[in-house]
Amino acid sequence: MWQLLQIELFKIFRKPRTYISFGAIAAMVLIVQVALKFDGQSYIEFLLGSLKDTLDIPYNTILNGYFVCFVILNLLLIHIPLLIALVAGDEIAGEANMGTLRLLVSKPVSRIQLMLSKFAATVIYTALLLAWMAFLSLVLSIILFGTNDLIVARSNALEVISRNDIMWRYLAAFAYATVALTTVASLAFLLSVFADNSIGPIVSTISIVIVFTILSELQIPLYDRTVKPYLFTSHMLGWKGFFYLKTDAEGISIPGTIENLPAVLKSMAILLTYICLFTGSAMFIFKRKDILS
Amino acid sequence: MEVINVSHLSKQYSDVNAVTDLSFTVKEADVYGFLGQNGAGKSTTIRMLLTLIRPSAGKIEIFGLDLLTHRKEVLRQVGAVIERPDLYKYLSAYENLLLFAKMSGLRVQRRQLMEQLEMVGLAERAGSRVKTFSQGMKQRLGIAIALIHNPPLVILDEPVNGLDPQGIADMRNLILHLSRHLKKTVVVSSHLLNEMEQIATRMLIIDKGKKIIEGSVNELFDPSKTIVEIDVNNEARAAEKIAQSQWADNLQQVSTGQLVLQVHKDQLAQLNKALVEMDIAVTGFKPGNSLEKYFLSLTGTNQHVAAFTN
Amino acid sequence: MKQILILALLTLLSGLNSHAQDASLLVQKVKAKLEKVNDYEATGEMKTNVSFMKVPAAQVKVYFKKPGKIKIKNEKGISLVPKGTVSISLSNLLSGQYQALDGGTDNVNGVAVKVVKLLPLDENGEVVLSKLYIDEKNLLILKAKTTTRESGTNELEMSYGKFAAYALPDKIVFTFNTQDYKLPKGVTFDYDDGSRKKTEATAKESQRGKIEITYSTYLINKGISDDIFK
Repeated sequence: MWQLLQIELFKIFRKPRTYISFGAIAAMVLIVQVALKFDGQSYIEFLLGSLKDTLDIPYNTILNGYFVCFVILNLLLIHIPLLIALVAGDEIAGEANMGTLRLLVSKPVSRIQLMLSKFAATVIYTALLLAWMAFLSLVLSIILFGTNDLIVARSNALEVISRNDIMWRYLAAFAYATVALTTVASLAFLLSVFADNSIGPIVSTISIVIVFTILSELQIPLYDRTVKPYLFTSHMLGWKGFFYLKTDAEGISIPGTIENLPAVLKSMAILLTYICLFTGSAMFIFKRKDILS
Repeated sequence: MEVINVSHLSKQYSDVNAVTDLSFTVKEADVYGFLGQNGAGKSTTIRMLLTLIRPSAGKIEIFGLDLLTHRKEVLRQVGAVIERPDLYKYLSAYENLLLFAKMSGLRVQRRQLMEQLEMVGLAERAGSRVKTFSQGMKQRLGIAIALIHNPPLVILDEPVNGLDPQGIADMRNLILHLSRHLKKTVVVSSHLLNEMEQIATRMLIIDKGKKIIEGSVNELFDPSKTIVEIDVNNEARAAEKIAQSQWADNLQQVSTGQLVLQVHKDQLAQLNKALVEMDIAVTGFKPGNSLEKYFLSLTGTNQHVAAFTN
Repeated sequence: MKQILILALLTLLSGLNSHAQDASLLVQKVKAKLEKVNDYEATGEMKTNVSFMKVPAAQVKVYFKKPGKIKIKNEKGISLVPKGTVSISLSNLLSGQYQALDGGTDNVNGVAVKVVKLLPLDENGEVVLSKLYIDEKNLLILKAKTTTRESGTNELEMSYGKFAAYALPDKIVFTFNTQDYKLPKGVTFDYDDGSRKKTEATAKESQRGKIEITYSTYLINKGISDDIFK
């Protein structure tokens, strides 16, 4: 099994398109960092503009590495699923398209082992992509912008988090984001089983994520009760829950706390359930599939 | 010893019976020819032997083991080239070979892999990416991959497709080498009948998913004989006269405007003379490839001759 | 009869006048006490209680320099301080020209206080009216309500301890008006954890914010550079 995993990782990291993803993330992160370096105040004014008549806003200290990292994650975690689907959707369909699938399946390796090793390789790729993003968006931002407290702008609230209460939240958030993106990977992986060309699974995955995200963000009561709680996209933003704090009776936020940890854990459990469902279905279908390519 | 024993194998898709109640046996050291037109069910059968396709019914035993329950043990002893070998284009020949060797469960040294590439004439291109290879080179690399784990059974599905005449000759020699010198059992599916005639020891002919005939080449037909197509003006009269002559047992088939006889190759001149003496008006006299004619006579598909010519 | 009425009126007016003189005098006495402090650097803990802000308690420094410079700084983090904190300084409340009116008496946290209304003479100034609740005995302002043109009514409550001699409070609670804060969800992409949302009623009543500073130390009259207030 370890041997198979090594082989799959070797194949993924020898494909040029894998490095497109890493390059794309680097470009996107750097673009945001440069923009904020030159005109971060405008962005902060956009977020806090309605309060500038009420509060003295310390723009210089708000614009720090932790804030920049949060902005990057907020903007880019919507787009990362495409880069995940690019590799995950290619896992089976790409092999079928290349004609190598029939060679793989005729080897003395069980189909389940083959699928597990491919999926594990996809998960490792996802984690490495997140780690790369974490390095660029957090470490590089800290180097460029320094550190201070973090202001998180919610739709109807502002969270201020002390600087020494932030790093563990980011680590938890990146771990959560890995699970969230693995859900996308598992969907692409499942769709890949049905196709002989990776374009289909990639486009289908992105379309599903986009449509579900729109449904998740729509403020329509009918969908709030019936559909939204079950969409995996509704739970993909759970990483933000690590940046919402509890408050005491006086409304003062309590360092080291999470406003609704049970909800975050529930969202993570739902995502893990989706991963099992998608991956399990992929294996079940692939085990019985006739390889005609 | 029976290497492959297939009994009552069937594969049904929703609207098509790809293979129907197929049974055959491949013996040790056979070069087993698997013949049929395009769409006859050859590739489907081979894919079932390699567990790429699940049979709808029937049983497959390889080396005495049920393929369904002993898949891994069986496949460790099988090497296969399935149609055109498509490999990882972005990897080199060496990397492709290494990757598939590992998947076959081998711990291989660099030396072993280079020897394998040397055997198929690709040692000098070991580091080149497969996307720069010609079809023939990819075919050779496919063979190297199939043989890297030294399997006793080699399955080749349409191995000469897309090859030039030199490539076809090389492939023929390789198959003979595998069988005669390395003592491997080789199953070859092809629609190139003249090639199969030169290498197969036993064969199975299938058509529309069903077995037509199976047996050793010598049992099925004498290669020293030839099938002759004789075009005549009045086939009934001509057939009557031949039936009353010494050539009665040689008559195979009578169809509109044509008689088909099977004679020894050195009897052609004699036959020609006899036709003149019997006052049969002959408009065409065509001695043909014996296997091709034999095949066509079994499948009754003269109009498909064009599909078989290279 | 007419003479009685005139006498009564004169008595009333002189009474009022004397009350006004009392109020004015009281304010001057309080101001004189406050004038002892030219500048201070105070260290304290600031708690911010605003409905749409979730802020941890922060260690802050408060700088003051006569006549009216004041600055709240969080050197180790970010503090969002409401505009108008200038009125956190009591000296600022008593700066400028005003008319002091007697507002009667009241009770603040169990202490009897004199209520003085200050009407700024400058009709174009930011402050429209100030109401001071003064502990006459100790010459300390316990509470101040300031109505401004732009920011509505602010309230400042002080409690005193070891720095009472300088009229510097141990603790202040500053209550002020806030505007509603909203950003589109399509911008913030909030995580919806399924919990109940704030109701309209609580939303309306929570448009008042509160800052509470508990002072631990004051460095008084040590000299402070003007750069601090930039």
